[in-house]
Amino acid sequence: MSLSLHIEDLALSRGGRRLFSGLGLRMEPGQACALTGANGSGKTSLLRAVAGLCAVDSGRIAFGGADPASARASSLHLLGHLDGLKASRTAGEELAFWTGWQGGTPSAMAAAVRRLDLHRLLDLEVRRLSAGQRRRLALARLLSAPRPLWLLDEPLSPLDGRWRAEALEIMAGHLSSGGLILAAVHDPLPLAALALEITA
Amino acid sequence: MSAALQLLKREMAIAWGRGGGLLVTSGFFAGATLLLPLASGPEPERLAQIAPGAAWTVLALSALLGLERLFERDFEDGALDLMAHAGLALEFTCALKCLGHWLATGAPLALLAPVAAIALGASPTLAPLLFACALAGGLAFAFTGGIGAALSLGARRGGLLTAVIVLPLFVPPVIFGGGALDAFTAGLPWRAGVALLGAYAAAAVALGPLAMAAACRNALS
Repeated sequence: MSLSLHIEDLALSRGGRRLFSGLGLRMEPGQACALTGANGSGKTSLLRAVAGLCAVDSGRIAFGGADPASARASSLHLLGHLDGLKASRTAGEELAFWTGWQGGTPSAMAAAVRRLDLHRLLDLEVRRLSAGQRRRLALARLLSAPRPLWLLDEPLSPLDGRWRAEALEIMAGHLSSGGLILAAVHDPLPLAALALEITA
Repeated sequence: MSAALQLLKREMAIAWGRGGGLLVTSGFFAGATLLLPLASGPEPERLAQIAPGAAWTVLALSALLGLERLFERDFEDGALDLMAHAGLALEFTCALKCLGHWLATGAPLALLAPVAAIALGASPTLAPLLFACALAGGLAFAFTGGIGAALSLGARRGGLLTAVIVLPLFVPPVIFGGGALDAFTAGLPWRAGVALLGAYAAAAVALGPLAMAAACRNALS
């Protein structure tokens, strides 16, 4: 479960426009990093580049000694604005599918459902859920299949006060078990976190 | 392997689910075949002559229906992101999505095609051949159609674009299958057409996923 993330001299462009260059970051197990920057500065693109979804102009993204392809396949969770939940299917079907897809276990899924209080929502179609409920369902996906590196894009934004606190507790628990969290946020993350501001 | 099975089940459930699926596809197929006698006149001899070709052409057009949604929804809701960095190769994932699409809509249409052809006056002896052609052709339509669906990801009015990309790829299987049906009706050797149709379907199943995965990665990056 231990993994580290090293980013060296990274440069990234979107649509022909250079977002940033010379970006570096070293994260060791148990560390969180709060990624800040203006709208459009490239926070989401950086997360997607770490997940291997978009190409980088130059620089290096390494996962300790692990092979990047297999680390991306089995050691990281990506939670973005788009949560991958199909509107026409029930919350329970979707959670079970993603749990299986990401190599989780039914018992971990049951624990996640309890932790995020999703029992009453599982029979509902995803389209009936509020933004905050959807986010809780997406967080349950992270807990159902334990993976060391969490890439989170505005993880707290749709959640209310109670669930913000709970989500932060979940994140703290992940860190204390040796996980890593790289989170794009607007407000500072109230966890012992590294901070990286993206500037052009 | 269990992830692959679950994906196949999910794809079929989505294809069967609301807003489309089998009923709409079969309804379109039945409706479009029904238009034919209205347009070309009700004389039984003429209808019997065009029946196999009509059922075959409408089958190809029906295969276009669900294609738009094959990758588009997963692209829009972020599921494709999660599928692209998974243990299962994206090529295999694309193949499973097409297979699910074919099992949910193409294979049932293959049952309907002989019924429609016979209703238009084709000889019942044609039914097994038409069924076999529709099965193989449906597979070719699904796997070449997937290429068009993946290439038009992110485009506005992707459905139309998909059809424009895909229809030229449908030409060979339509010719091979139509030729075999024609030859069979005329009492001529027909096996070559079926063999070519099968070969085209096999090539589509083998090569299509490579193109789909490349197009998906391009759309995501």
